[in-house]
Amino acid sequence: MDMLTSLLMTTPELVLTGAGLILLMISAFGGDSTARIVSWLAIAALLSAGLTLCGLPGTGGQAFDGLYQADAFGVFAKVLIYAAAAVSILVAPRFFATTQGGMRAEYPILILFATVGMGLMVSAGDMLTLYVGLELNSLASYVLASFMRKDGRSAEAGLKYFVLGALASGILLYGTSLLYGFTGSTSYDGIATAMADGLSNGELFGLVFVLAGLAFKISAVPFHMWTPDVYEGSPTPVTAFFASAPKVAAITLLIRVVTEAMGSALDAWQQIIIFIALASIVFGAVAAIGQTNIKRLMAYSSINNVGFALIGLAAGTPEGVAAVLSYMAIYTIMTIGSFLCIMQMRDAEGRPVEDIASLAGLSQSRKGLAAAFAIFMFSLAGIPPMMGFWAKFLVFDAAVGAGLTVLAVIGIAASVIGAFYYLKIIKTVYFDEPAAAYAPAGSRIENAIMAVAATVIVLGYLLNPFLDRVTATAAASLF
Amino acid sequence: MIGLQHYLVVSTILFVMGVLGIFINRKNIIVILMAVELILLSVNLNLVAFSAYLGDLVGQVFSMFVLTVAAGEAAIGLAILVIYFRSRGTIAVDDANRMKG
Repeated sequence: MDMLTSLLMTTPELVLTGAGLILLMISAFGGDSTARIVSWLAIAALLSAGLTLCGLPGTGGQAFDGLYQADAFGVFAKVLIYAAAAVSILVAPRFFATTQGGMRAEYPILILFATVGMGLMVSAGDMLTLYVGLELNSLASYVLASFMRKDGRSAEAGLKYFVLGALASGILLYGTSLLYGFTGSTSYDGIATAMADGLSNGELFGLVFVLAGLAFKISAVPFHMWTPDVYEGSPTPVTAFFASAPKVAAITLLIRVVTEAMGSALDAWQQIIIFIALASIVFGAVAAIGQTNIKRLMAYSSINNVGFALIGLAAGTPEGVAAVLSYMAIYTIMTIGSFLCIMQMRDAEGRPVEDIASLAGLSQSRKGLAAAFAIFMFSLAGIPPMMGFWAKFLVFDAAVGAGLTVLAVIGIAASVIGAFYYLKIIKTVYFDEPAAAYAPAGSRIENAIMAVAATVIVLGYLLNPFLDRVTATAAASLF
Repeated sequence: MIGLQHYLVVSTILFVMGVLGIFINRKNIIVILMAVELILLSVNLNLVAFSAYLGDLVGQVFSMFVLTVAAGEAAIGLAILVIYFRSRGTIAVDDANRMKG
């Protein structure tokens, strides 16, 4: 494998890195007046990086002696990540205009760098690439969380995210160092080969530490404690970004690590995954009930959803992995749609409101927004024929197919508890006495994205055969 | 003769001290940053000890990456700490409670 072919396979990351560095220069010399052009150029960079996935970066196989893998699995995750990143750039200007007096040019650049990191995460074929990608994503995310410098809550969110994120990276690294010592390799293939002849105690410790570190990144119980605070304190476009792209990246990264590097130690990681899946589902459903802040509620909802996705992974079969990928695709659309609705919540002066009580009687003042809210909440609750139902159906189907019937039954029971707080929001929107009306509708871009997301959620079951085929291909490239 | 086990024991002690430093510490956020560095250094010690033991260079290369990233992480951590201090006027751990966790 010569150097040029390897470089060609990493084109998406090279494009994004180059674009990020150039835009950084533009914004450094041009100041915040360049924010608009920098945003559009960043979106163009994401689009062109997405287009390069059609070529060698999607089919090339291993690059740089196995450090990087260009396959269908990576392509699927990257398409979701790039789309989510582009949306979170598109919706930002209006939010920052009302809270900070204008968009800052650094915002799209930080999103670009975080996206490069996520691309490396999902395409990593070695613990070293995994670590560098994860840190690139995390470092950009810490800054994004504390992006509103003058807001105390944003600074606190950044600080908490930083401390717990650094701890998670430390735990992951410690596990990596143990795996390296006891298997003699940091590449997924090398670790898999060494694990194939029985799991030694050292390898088991390494595996547990690595999974604990990754559980932090996907905010699965018992490593979820940072999520509500970070989601509440961060600026809303950043929260929308955190809830979608990095979550997809971390879940797909976890899938790749457990199937490629630890595939032969299925018994060891399966019990861990089952435990964190159940704990996340139950905790996410119960803890969300008492919340009054909508962003905090969405944080618990994301913990809950990660648990459902992990049920598919616990099955450990290609069908299970395909189900997780479908779940993440649908989850990304639902969650971005919900956050677009949340960004419409502005008081008469245009300042963002986060109180669930302020949604009361929304159906009388803003019919379209109320309908969109209802669609996304029904979908998150998993009510047919919304897409959210199919997502849950697929993971439960995979779990039952792998003989984990009890797990599926508990998951379904907990999803009923979870439905309570989603339906409560719909009740507030449609049946409560009207509260003070919101400011008039947002920009056309936001409304258009919201309408598209809502349409996909309602009519998405028509796309199911397509989604099944794509996820099956992506999952097959791992096994 | 100092063997692999000695290094592993020292690095385990450092790692545990780092984790406890984050969770038990109730005073100062700067101490948390130091605890994070302690964790990363224990990992480096592990990697280098294993690398020497296995006669394999990958561990040492990995520890170089860890050192570099740790520097970046410390820079970003301190920057966030500064804006936090500006808005709050304190860096005591117990005061980071604007949002109920």
